[in-house]
Amino acid sequence: MNKLQLITKGILKENPTFVLILGMCPTLATTTSAINGMGMGAATMAVLIMSNIVISLIKNLIPDKVRIPAFIVVIASFVTVIQLLMQAYLPSLYQSLGIFIPLIVVNCIILGRAEAFASKNNALDSALDGLGIGLGFTLSLTLIGAVRELLGSGAIFGQSLIAGDGMLVFVLAPGGFLVLGYLMVLFNKLTAKKK
Amino acid sequence: MEVSYFAIIIGAIFVNNIVLSQFLGICPFLGVSSKVETSLGMSAAVTFVMAITAVVAWSLQKYVLAPLCIEYMQTIVFILVIAALVQMVEIVLKKVSPALYQALGIFLPLITTNCAVLGVAILLVQEQYNLLQSVVYSVSIALGFGLALVLFAGIRERLELEEVPEAFRGTPIALITAGILAMAFMGFSGLV
Repeated sequence: MNKLQLITKGILKENPTFVLILGMCPTLATTTSAINGMGMGAATMAVLIMSNIVISLIKNLIPDKVRIPAFIVVIASFVTVIQLLMQAYLPSLYQSLGIFIPLIVVNCIILGRAEAFASKNNALDSALDGLGIGLGFTLSLTLIGAVRELLGSGAIFGQSLIAGDGMLVFVLAPGGFLVLGYLMVLFNKLTAKKK
Repeated sequence: MEVSYFAIIIGAIFVNNIVLSQFLGICPFLGVSSKVETSLGMSAAVTFVMAITAVVAWSLQKYVLAPLCIEYMQTIVFILVIAALVQMVEIVLKKVSPALYQALGIFLPLITTNCAVLGVAILLVQEQYNLLQSVVYSVSIALGFGLALVLFAGIRERLELEEVPEAFRGTPIALITAGILAMAFMGFSGLV
């Protein structure tokens, strides 16, 4: 697999949200607007890239039996770093993402990539893999956020496109489930035709 | 802070249902909810672990993290404690109550990856509950989780028998069903 494929596979073929169906909690909870979705995606991507690099560097030092706890400690450290950075530099985004920033620790995408990829490959490939999967995740979250924001308040990225109040339900909890469900249907339909 | 226990219980089970309005624990919600029986087992295991986590997380925050001024270590400490706790509960249960272990056994390892457990630990610190409130809160949250899981499993058992369009099969139809269920739960908002 060449380097470019490592990056692009996460966007479509192994899209973490629509194909692998991983990390559903932040996907549903933080996509109330396009900017929130993008912020969450970017934070997750940063943690994913850094933890992938560190884990691939120390993979030979970790005994096999305590591998999972060791991975979790690495991931949790980076999550704490990101949490403190966001608190300092992006306080409003930090406020709106709230509890879901510390919960990046239990996002199965990150532990999944650590176990499936970073623990078997070198640092550069792992970083690229993290970048690809992270991009796929960010794009999906931004898309879901944009759709919910458009339906819920008639705007995308805060730019008003449709006059009026919009359907509030799409910003609330049920809208998250519905929009993700229907987007997944659309994704299935489009990819099924290609085969 | 004075919060009535009744308000905590109703709030946690219905109004701010952990799955349907807070979006925590979606993975087990979608994963083990295809049968009513397994979802009952899962809810029992979650209730058990959450109650213990509440006590441990509350004590850690109060007597270790806060006095040492290392609150920023919260995420790392909590996730390790939960992982260790689940292991320990499994070992102790196996020795002390084999019957209960038989019933909960397979569900216990799955709980470590349940973000609801870590979520509750962080939430109860945020809400500044005292010890008793924390326990009541986390047990109510777990009951709310169980309620959503069992309701959803009941619906999915019926869905199995229906002819679902190709592109909707599996997760998409489950998500849309969950959306409608969440809409029903929105009726409880404003109750407390």
